[in-house]
Amino acid sequence: MAQLSLRKIEKTYPNGFKAVHGVDLEVRDGEFMVFVGPSGCAKSTLLRMIAGLESISAGELHIGNKLVNTLAPKQRGIAMVFQNYALYPHMKVYENLAFGLKLAGTPKAEVDQRVRHAAKLLEMEHLLDRYPKQLSGGQAQRVAVGRAIVKKPEVFLFDEPLSNLDAKLRASMRVRLTDLHRTLREQGQPATVVYVTHDQVEAMTMGERICVLKEGVIQQVDTPTALYDRPANAFVASFIGSPEMNLQPATVQSQQGEPGLLLGGAWLPLPPAKAAALPAGVQTLSLGLRPEHISALPRPAGDSTPVSGTLRSLEHMGNEVFVHFDLGAVPLTARVPADQQHALVGAARGSAHGFHLQMGACHLFDASSGARLC
Amino acid sequence: MSTAHADHAERSRALLRTTVLLAVAVLMLYPLLWLVGASFKTNTEIFTEVGFWPSKFDFGAYAKGWKTSTEYTFATYFLNSFLITVPRIIVTVISCVLVAYAFARFEFWGKKLLFSVMVGTMMLPLIVLRLPQYLMFKELGWLDTYLPLIVPSAFATDTFFVFMLVQFLRGIPRDMEEAALIDGCNAVQMLWHIIVPLLKPAIISVVVFQFIWTMNDFMGPLIYLSSVEKYPVSLALKMSIGATEEVEWANVIAISVVALIPSVAVFFMAQKHFIEGASSSGIKG
Repeated sequence: MAQLSLRKIEKTYPNGFKAVHGVDLEVRDGEFMVFVGPSGCAKSTLLRMIAGLESISAGELHIGNKLVNTLAPKQRGIAMVFQNYALYPHMKVYENLAFGLKLAGTPKAEVDQRVRHAAKLLEMEHLLDRYPKQLSGGQAQRVAVGRAIVKKPEVFLFDEPLSNLDAKLRASMRVRLTDLHRTLREQGQPATVVYVTHDQVEAMTMGERICVLKEGVIQQVDTPTALYDRPANAFVASFIGSPEMNLQPATVQSQQGEPGLLLGGAWLPLPPAKAAALPAGVQTLSLGLRPEHISALPRPAGDSTPVSGTLRSLEHMGNEVFVHFDLGAVPLTARVPADQQHALVGAARGSAHGFHLQMGACHLFDASSGARLC
Repeated sequence: MSTAHADHAERSRALLRTTVLLAVAVLMLYPLLWLVGASFKTNTEIFTEVGFWPSKFDFGAYAKGWKTSTEYTFATYFLNSFLITVPRIIVTVISCVLVAYAFARFEFWGKKLLFSVMVGTMMLPLIVLRLPQYLMFKELGWLDTYLPLIVPSAFATDTFFVFMLVQFLRGIPRDMEEAALIDGCNAVQMLWHIIVPLLKPAIISVVVFQFIWTMNDFMGPLIYLSSVEKYPVSLALKMSIGATEEVEWANVIAISVVALIPSVAVFFMAQKHFIEGASSSGIKG
């Protein structure tokens, strides 16, 4: 296993389009790193550059302590799992797993031992004699992972490996993959993993650290909780979390000497800690408040600010309700636990209703750059 | 009640459909049926009767036709045909797959121009090449050998096949090749272990078409071959018509029927693979 380091990595296409802008990133030895971002954020391009399937226009890529910029994929010590599995249709599962090892001239006995070990690890020993077309989606996915495992690579690369599976299977494969990563670590062969996904749930649940990308630029690299609790900018704040964080322009305004924000006609007091951290002279900013920090009932701790909103719609999720309402002209979403539902029972569309904003949990971002203020 | 009625209507529609299709099929196949029937008829029968059913089944025409009026039997001519066809198919497949692989998967200088030139030659009437080719092969001393009929195909001159393979290859996703690249394949291993198996249905089409076209080729052998012992079936058939004053048509027809067998057999053997396309590439959710 090895660490992976990207230094000022750039990708410029022949037509002049620059897809990746000077990415700096260190993936630690044995770490599960997730690249996440919306379509076109160059996360797959970056992965393919690590794999050696795309050339690197500028910068240095090190795997272990070796510069691999110009090395062929097979010399980089990587294995990749593709979105479409990319199994060889004319070979049985066993041959699919053994193919890379055979090409490398591995002795037959060792090939057999490694293939069977991987098959056991992934509980697919009974599939070894089948052809890819005889496999279900989940089974094909496991074979694709097995093909990577047998190679004992320095770095595992996953390119949206679960996106072709249905929701239920995806959830179970998610657990299986994180378990596998843990098992490999316990067996003394920790796997450095780079995992690309556009699904933030996958990123949050699987990644030890997450790298959020937008238009070929890293927005933030951190642990899932840190990303959620302290997003570096408005983009990360809105991308991580579902339903999305409420992000609305607000004006800084003090009332009777007390610092606060004006949002949709309502004045909201800023907690002293936030007010103190706010750079001087800021007039307008972007206020971020996660839906779970807006409730239908006052918080028992008494640290919520009551406002009156106009109800737009309710989405019942079973254990909670997403409440969409307008504060003045500003649309907001609240995430109300099922035990507070009674507060909304019978509320008609367009009716006024009281909501409680937990301003202590708010995030403040620069109005134009989106950078975190406090 | 209404379901039964609908069932009945559906059944009569199906019957009508089948009848029409059968009628058209018989119409299309009639010359072939007539050919088989005529091989059992006498000359007078052939020219006086419209129906294809012969009055008696006498395989004498087949025996006579097979012997021919020359010193060689049709066994020689069939062997000659295969001596041309088999090597030609082999060199065609090798050269066309190589060229198609290059066009479909590699970037090189002048690729677009070369591809358009190649497609352009598909539009060229073959007849314009006959004279220069003849003169060239004459200079090489290849006249009255099979080389002029085989060697050109070793340079992927059957552009239709190249074009067909390129199109087929373009339709195959590259993921498998990328996986193979990561598994450590070089370009040649990639071709052998990945591309050729994926191209199998298209390669089989090339084999079938080349087999049928070469077996049926008349002009090429006619121009380049002069010794009777080297004649393929197509020339030998023609020869059996002109050999004597009074043509025994049944003999000629009988041997034509026999000459059809290899092509038809090859076609039916390969038929299953025509349908089986890239859909078997194991890509599904």
